[in-house]
Amino acid sequence: MKLRSLFPYLLIGLAFGILATKAEVISWFRIQEMFRFQSFHMYGIIVTAIAVSAVSIQIIRRSGLVAASGERVDIPRMPLSRLGTQYWLGGTIFGLGWALTGACPAPMFALLGNGIGVMVVLIASALAGTYTYGRVRRYLPH
Amino acid sequence: MDLLHAPWPWYVSGPLIGLIVPALLLVGSKRFDVSMNLQTMCGQLRWRDQSWNLALLVGIFLGGVLVATLLQNPDPVAISEATRQDLALLGITDFTGLVPKEIISFGNLGSAAGLIIMIGGGFLIGFGARYAGGCTSGHAITGLASLQPASLVAMVGFFTGGLVATHILLPLLLAA
Repeated sequence: MKLRSLFPYLLIGLAFGILATKAEVISWFRIQEMFRFQSFHMYGIIVTAIAVSAVSIQIIRRSGLVAASGERVDIPRMPLSRLGTQYWLGGTIFGLGWALTGACPAPMFALLGNGIGVMVVLIASALAGTYTYGRVRRYLPH
Repeated sequence: MDLLHAPWPWYVSGPLIGLIVPALLLVGSKRFDVSMNLQTMCGQLRWRDQSWNLALLVGIFLGGVLVATLLQNPDPVAISEATRQDLALLGITDFTGLVPKEIISFGNLGSAAGLIIMIGGGFLIGFGARYAGGCTSGHAITGLASLQPASLVAMVGFFTGGLVATHILLPLLLAA
């Protein structure tokens, strides 16, 4: 990919970083509030984001729009085994980390941008987790 | 406080976040999943294929920088009174900023609870996101919006883990 073609993605990321910060979805306090069911804030964001994105995907699919890059717009279906072990078990492991740190991959970088320097430690730990998964994945049920 | 410095309400920010998915699809048929960048940084995906996603990640970081310099909310995050009371019972007294400085800070890396929360929690995020094949952006937003059963299962997992950590692990760790 040419450097110039990366610019739109940088802008989309910039928009997301601003939105995520201003919506406070990167705040540990908001994540705690969500998992304690004490405010509609996070649920309102998740539900409206899914709704807008679902309607957009349907419009794109039905109108057969082609991406600016020329590729056919497609969201591949993720394989689901009978027990779906990787999704519920992996999801539960992820959820533990999400509630403990109040962050997930994108918020870690948005928080770092917001001057929370200790996020480098969380990012390094997340990288170690991803690396470890790669080493042990063949022993795990999926 | 003016509109730009105040936090943005859910009915404004939620729909706008939802537009990230079609934006990525229309620019280059890309699927919104920020956690894939962790794989790229670990050498599990090719840099060349994921350069767009890394550019997105740089943008997310810069978005944080931009808000912190120009649009920062001077007030504490306006969480509900009930949450504030629950967290006070866990010993949190400083509600300023986006994260609790008593828990998420360099200074707290010296305590066992701080190590478990920051290093352990970070590890679980990286491990779990890969095991589950996606994170909040990949499953909760993109996956559910494209009606994927796998993402619904992952989302149930996210909440199961989140509830266990919030109601069992955090009280144990912070009381110690």
